[in-house]
Amino acid sequence: MEKRVVFHGKLLPFLLLAPQLLVTLIFFYLPAGQAVWQSFLVQDAFGLSTEFVWFENYQILFAKGEYYRTMLTTAIFSSLVAFFSLSIALLFAVQADKHIKFATGYKTLLIWPYAVAPAIAGVLWLFMFQPSLGLVSQAIRAAGFEWNPLLDQNHAMALVVMAATWKQISYNFLFFLAGLQAIPKSVIEAAAIDGATPMRRFWTIIFPLLSPTTFFLLVVNIVYVFFDTFGIIDAATQGGPAKGTETLVYKVFSDGKSGGDLGGSAAQSVVLMVIVIALTAIQFRYVERKVQY
Amino acid sequence: MSDVRLDAVRKVYPGGVEAVKGVSLEIADGQFCVLVGPSGCGKSTLLRMVAGLETISGGTCAIDGKVVNEIEPAERDIAMVFQNYALYPHMSVYDNMAYGLRNRGTPKDEIDARVKEAARILEVEPFLARKPKALSGGQRQRVAMGRAIVRKPKVFLFDEPLSNLDAKLRIQMRVEIKKLQRALKTTSIYVTHDQLEAMTLADQLVVMNKGQVEQAGAPLDLYEKPQTIFVAGFIGAPPMNLVTVPEAGLPGLTLIERPAGPVVLGIRPEHLHEQPMGPDTLTVEIVVSAVEAVGAETYLYGALHGHGPELIVRVPGRATHAPGQRIRACAEASQLHFFNPQTGRRID
Ligand SMILES: Nc1ncnc2c1ncn2[C@@H]1O[C@H](COP(=O)(O)OP(=O)(O)OP(=O)(O)O)[C@@H](O)[C@H]1O
Ligand SMILES: [Mg+2]
Repeated sequence: MEKRVVFHGKLLPFLLLAPQLLVTLIFFYLPAGQAVWQSFLVQDAFGLSTEFVWFENYQILFAKGEYYRTMLTTAIFSSLVAFFSLSIALLFAVQADKHIKFATGYKTLLIWPYAVAPAIAGVLWLFMFQPSLGLVSQAIRAAGFEWNPLLDQNHAMALVVMAATWKQISYNFLFFLAGLQAIPKSVIEAAAIDGATPMRRFWTIIFPLLSPTTFFLLVVNIVYVFFDTFGIIDAATQGGPAKGTETLVYKVFSDGKSGGDLGGSAAQSVVLMVIVIALTAIQFRYVERKVQY
Repeated sequence: MSDVRLDAVRKVYPGGVEAVKGVSLEIADGQFCVLVGPSGCGKSTLLRMVAGLETISGGTCAIDGKVVNEIEPAERDIAMVFQNYALYPHMSVYDNMAYGLRNRGTPKDEIDARVKEAARILEVEPFLARKPKALSGGQRQRVAMGRAIVRKPKVFLFDEPLSNLDAKLRIQMRVEIKKLQRALKTTSIYVTHDQLEAMTLADQLVVMNKGQVEQAGAPLDLYEKPQTIFVAGFIGAPPMNLVTVPEAGLPGLTLIERPAGPVVLGIRPEHLHEQPMGPDTLTVEIVVSAVEAVGAETYLYGALHGHGPELIVRVPGRATHAPGQRIRACAEASQLHFFNPQTGRRID
């Protein structure tokens, strides 16, 4: 017989839920609501008067070519980071799955970057690639390549992509490894007996069976690149040079703080919010269905 | 010709476990060989070495006269049916069966013909478009068989293929596997720990224990002339009665002819009968402690002379015996087995 504790009355469940609800309310819904409210307002330059302007902030935002440029930058940045962090993590996971003997040490090393704060990761990479003093920069220069992320936009982009990828590999690695270990060994053995080369086994059996994991990670990584890379960009390039690495989330910050355009910046964060909600919705809809076999 | 020949094959796992300790076997072309033995005796390990899924630590394995120790599983021209079926979960039944042929670059129309043929034989035609998830255990089992037969390999390897099925389906599939193997005449090695499966399927039955072959031969030879105490106790259900008889004999047990010295006496429950029929050499007196009726026959459990070793007697049909009853059972000389208690080997 199953023993069950029965609580009478409704007070206790509410009390137990209250702390979590309160935290969500204060730190999530309240700021979100504030942002939405703020996005409908315009302040004059001295912050003396505030006017309610409906969607004017959004109209201005989408009328400027600058915003589309930032979107493109973000798209390039996130595709590169998602692609590299997923494929490198998968490569590492496949190796770790094979040589499970040394895996503990190997795994520990791979997980470290995840524990490093984004800003520190940014600074770390900035130091390594700093044009005049950075260790790696000196090596690159010695090889005859003119490396300067402070002046060249592509170099700056490469720098932040590397830093953001490096930080995300750990997370992806763990999920891929768990995914690989969930594939029954006998299925792989059956494929080997069926005459599939290791390469073919990977692409026709392992990769398709990992697709739910891959899709989940893809969405998680895009959300990560959209938001969590703020620290890396701020520390490494500040969105420069000439806004070459300015992503949507960085633009919210620079327009609001440095530009003083609170209404416009709030409108941008509302756009970002909509993007995340959409991504999450896609994830919930499709992780269950399409990607399952 | 595609015989399998194992010569002093050994397997030492990393970590030092010696799972197979020098097994030599000869499986003739078209023969159905069944490996049985208790859990952990190395049956799967031996099979996986033939498949090429485990490296061979010592000795040689030859298929069709060619040593395959260093040859990849794909090049050994074998097919294996796994206990959990190991179907590709993301592929349809058709693709599951076609996969091995596609990997080998078989022409498309031949693949189609072979898959359809296999599906017809195994009666899985209605499910060709389905994924394994949407099949019952028995249907998955058939697909796994289909995947093995489409390739027309030299050798079939089975690792407890029926152990995940319910009792009724298991008997049905057992009969079908036997028929299929007879029809295809493909050399087969079949691992099981179900001794009924072993007895009914095998041309050659191999009893393994602790990484070694205890005895190999025709199933009825093993039943009639077990060479060791282990085989005597393993083959047959309910198991053979094994009684250690000292030189001086045992109370309640009369033996007219017996080898000298202490022996282990073996007598099957079905060879003990209550009415003396001719020149019986063994007579035992048993106090019945339990009665087990299974319909066609009844098993009587009881201790020799009331407090000696436990014995089982089979009586045909319904029995009227009750616990506490004292009975007398006899057996003919030809049904008795004697073993050396030290070596465990048969004394003839
Ligand atoms: N990968 C492995 N590494 C180390 N030891 C192993 C490995 N696989 C099996 N063994 C050991 O080898 C012995 C034989 O195992 P095997 O799987 O061949 O037994 P089996 O006869 O198939 O048993 P069962 O009937 O339970 O399947 C066991 O003692 C087992 O613990
Ligand atoms: Mg086994």
